[in-house]
Formats: sequence, C-alpha cells, structure tokens
Amino acid sequence: MRFSGWKVIKEGLSGNKGWGAHWRDAQPKPEYDAIIIGGGGHGLSTAYYLAKNHGLTNIAVVEKGYLGGGNVGRNTTIVRANYFLQGNSEFYSHSLKLWEGLEEDLNYNVMHSQRGLINLFHSDGQRDAFARRGNMMVNQGDDAILLDREGVRKHLPYLDFEQTRFPIFGGLYHPRGGTARHDAVAWGYARGASDRGVDLIQNCEVTDIDIEGGVVKGVQTTRGPIKAKKVGIVVAGRSGQVAAMAGRRLPIESHVLQAFVTEGLKPVIDHVVSFGMGHFYISQSDKGGLVFGGDLDFYASYAQRGNLPMKEHVMDAGMTLMPMIGKAKVLRSWGGIMDMTPDGSPFIDKMDGVDGLFIDCGWNYGGFKAVPASGWCMAHLMATDTHHEAAAKFRLDRTRTGVNILDEEGTGSQHNLH
Amino acid sequence: MRIKCPHCGERDRREFYYVGDAVALDRPDPDAGDVVWDDYVHNRDNPAGVTRDLWYHESGCSTWIVVTRNTVTHEILKTELASKVKEAMA
Ligand SMILES: Cc1cc2nc3c(=O)[nH]c(=O)nc-3n(C[C@H](O)[C@H](O)[C@H](O)COP(=O)(O)OP(=O)(O)OC[C@H]3O[C@@H](n4cnc5c(N)ncnc54)[C@H](O)[C@@H]3O)c2cc1C
Ligand SMILES: [Zn+2]
Repeated sequence: MRFSGWKVIKEGLSGNKGWGAHWRDAQPKPEYDAIIIGGGGHGLSTAYYLAKNHGLTNIAVVEKGYLGGGNVGRNTTIVRANYFLQGNSEFYSHSLKLWEGLEEDLNYNVMHSQRGLINLFHSDGQRDAFARRGNMMVNQGDDAILLDREGVRKHLPYLDFEQTRFPIFGGLYHPRGGTARHDAVAWGYARGASDRGVDLIQNCEVTDIDIEGGVVKGVQTTRGPIKAKKVGIVVAGRSGQVAAMAGRRLPIESHVLQAFVTEGLKPVIDHVVSFGMGHFYISQSDKGGLVFGGDLDFYASYAQRGNLPMKEHVMDAGMTLMPMIGKAKVLRSWGGIMDMTPDGSPFIDKMDGVDGLFIDCGWNYGGFKAVPASGWCMAHLMATDTHHEAAAKFRLDRTRTGVNILDEEGTGSQHNLH
Repeated sequence: MRIKCPHCGERDRREFYYVGDAVALDRPDPDAGDVVWDDYVHNRDNPAGVTRDLWYHESGCSTWIVVTRNTVTHEILKTELASKVKEAMA
C-alpha cells in the first residue's frame, strides 16, 4: 500500500475501508543474517537502511512490546541541528538533511514541520556563547540567526519581556528546526522496512545473547532462540540490561524525563521555544495541545513516570516565561527512560571482543532528531564493519581515553551533570 | 518521593541532591590504571530494580546518605549514613 492523493480521494469516497495494515506482523524465523534488538525509532531506521542502502533483507527487528511503544512515542518531537562540537555537528546536520527528504523517501506523512526553533538568552555572556554556537552551525552548513530582544519580540510577542529574574536579551533562531509526528516516524520506517522484507517481530523480548568463542551466534527470546550472524543492540533506556547479556557494563545511567501536554487550543505558539535558564521548552502540536517539558528528574529510574517536584518546576518556568498559558489545562504527563551518558553524547560502535555484535545507545534526552542519521550510520557499521564518517566519533572507548569527549554543554564528563 | 535522612527523619526529595551510584565509596587506588578508573568513573550496573546510590541532604543537615531503593517502583528501602557504610567497609 502506498499513499497518494488519488488513494486518499478513493478511500474517502469508499468509507476508508481499503487502507490495510501498514506492515506485516511477522513470526520469528529460526535464523537471520542480522537481528536488531529494539523496535524504537533507532532500531526501525537501522533496519530500514540496512535493507535500503545495503541490500540486507534477511533481517529482523525484535521488540519486547509493540513498535513505537518506547521513547520514540514519548518524546516532545523536537528536530534540530544546532550542535557546536565537531563529532556532533556533522552527525545532526546529516540527520536534519535526511529529515528534509524523509516523507518522500518513506512515502509517509511524518508531519515534519520546520517551524523554527528559538533558544533564548538572558545575559551578555550567554549572548556571546550563542553567537559562537550560531557561527559553528553556519560553518557546518546549517542555519542560525542571532536575534536581539526586538527580534525575539517580533516572533514571540507573548513572552513576558518585563520579568526581571531572567530578562530576555535575545535568542538564537534556527529556522530549519521544528517538530515531527513521533509515532508516524516509527510507523513510516516500520512500513518501509517491512516492505523490503524485514521481519518486525513484536511481543518478543530478548533474554540473552548467544556468544561462542568471541563470535555472536544469535539471541534467546521469550519466543524461542533465533540465530543470527550479526546482532545490533538498539534499546535506548534498556541498554544497560541488554549489554549485560553480553557480559558488558556501559557508561550509561537510565534516568526519567517527563513531558506534559495541555488540552487542544487555537494556534498560539508558532515556533519551538526553549528557555534554558528556567529549564523549559515548548511547542504546539498540530492538534493544538501545548507540548512542553524541562529537565530530568535527576535520579536513576526505570519507572517511566516522574515525581512532583519536577512537574512543579516545569510549570513555574513556563509561567515565568509566558504567563499567557496559565489558564490552559494540563491533560497528561508521562515519562520515558533516558540512556544518559557521562558527556551527554551517544555511542554507535562495535562491542569490542565480540565479533558481529554492535551497539547504538546513549541518546540521552535528544535522540528523536537523531533517528534518521543513527539508523543510517548504524546500518553502515553493521553492513560494512566500518564507522560512517558522520558518526565516526561516537566510540565507546572515549570515556577511557578522554579523546573526543563530546561534552556539548561543557559541564564536565560525569554522570549527574547532563 | 520522600527520603528518610538518618539525622532529620523523613523529608521531601527536594531537600536532597542526587550524586549517583554508591560506587563512589569504593574509590580505586590512584595507580590502578585507566581501565579500572574508567570503570569506576563511567561504567554502571544501572539495574532495573534495587540500587544503592548516594544522596546529599543539601537543604538539611548536609550529610551524605546511602539510599537503597527500587528504580522501577521508586520505593525507598533503606537509608544509612555514608560515613557508617564507609567505616564498615574498612
Ligand atoms: C519526555 C521525553 C521527551 C523527549 N524529547 C525529545 C525531543 O524533543 N527531541 C529529541 O530529539 N529527543 C527527545 N527525546 C529523546 C528520544 O525520545 C530518545 O532519545 C529516542 O527515542 C531513543 O531511541 P529509540 O526511539 O530507539 O528508543 P525507544 O523507542 O525507547 O526504543 C527502544 C526499544 O527497545 C525495546 N527493548 C528494550 N529491551 C528489549 C529487549 N530485551 N528485547 C527486545 N526489545 C527491547 C523497547 O521496548 C523499546 O521499544 C525525549 C524523550 C522523552 C522521554
Ligand atoms: Zn539530614
């Protein structure tokens, strides 16, 4: 099934009964050329690009729950390429370019909306830092415009420009930044992979990884053993547990990050706005809900729900920045398990000492925008055994060697600092 | 979440600063080498279940506390003075 204007009209006139399932609900085969553990955004995009770019189609994605039930369906959907450090900037730049062609490539409406992202600053020092970041973004080939206070006011007239605690000095505007429909990204990649022959196996938890003489042989699952020549671990917040099945400890701590959505409102917020000083960011979904969030709860957690202090803090910050949203009713809040790394940057690497075992993890709270490039680069690594140039610095050994530590925030490469 | 400080009793989570895994009580020898130090500073068991971590009673008595808790349910199972735990390790 492919989407087209003609198909929409035809289905509209015939009761929308002919759409059909978007992907095959596959049963596990005894053996594959490659298995991806984890059916989130990164696992699905890895499978898609393995099939599309490398012709590997005898592969499976093994998901313990349902496709898209993890962080890929729980995030606040911000897509941007405003990184500063070499190692990160080329990767996120590559990812944004893939986003820009994604709907055509997948023939799927992922609702990618480049509505512009504005990061506010509140002091001279912060302005300098943002000007420098903007220059780095432009050098990378992406877009950044430094706005002064009046420039921000033109875009965001509803902010409280009178507040004295964090007076608004200006903002770094990234016009190509924006949002996308998170579920649709998972579904679009799932359909694209399934159409190319990839088996998507849901309700199938990997319980062990089989390794013999330093070579990966397959996985044990709740639906029986599956053999494979190559295995990729792509399980985000669960990376620690799955790596432990291969006898590995990772530089990862899993933390909870919360998000919130209000009732649907008429369009009021046209951009993505981030207020770093208050740890608050917001956008408005196409349905009208205000989607917003803040910081981690800041303790290790697998609960997928957070505590009240962070809820209060996020609401406080939102009211400080834009009091106009105070009457909106919050409908829901939720949490996701974040695979936090010491320097705040990810890993796409081989698991040293085990042939055929690969890992893609450590996405912290920013892995949604990375979904296309992560899959692209992980597929490249699994298919060719070499690192893709856009992800060449995402190595596991950087914590030990200290070379290419990617501490984008400059707060220190230590667990509780990101 | 409420945490019982051994000195001050049960207090709101807001009063505490979280540091992370209680591995910090078991610092390696300065000459242990990069593999051991990397493991100590960066690698974590990261359990889904019972864990032991270090919290600091920042807005209270300023003591360090070892908290045994469940990362899946957020239940606090035990709290001890870090100094006592460290003494017992000697
Ligand atoms: C509240 C919140 C807001 C966020 N906001 C943003 C944002 O605005 N922009 C942005 O870029 N990023 C954001 N993120 C981060 C982003 O969502 C994640 O970094 C990214 O989704 C993680 O990759 P994934 O999609 O592959 O993860 P997931 O969707 O979590 O996929 C991992 C999958 O692995 C499966 N799995 C785990 N263990 C096993 C096993 N043993 N066997 C089989 N399957 C297993 C899980 O069930 C899960 O489906 C946010 C996250 C949260 C929680
Ligand atoms: Zn106390």
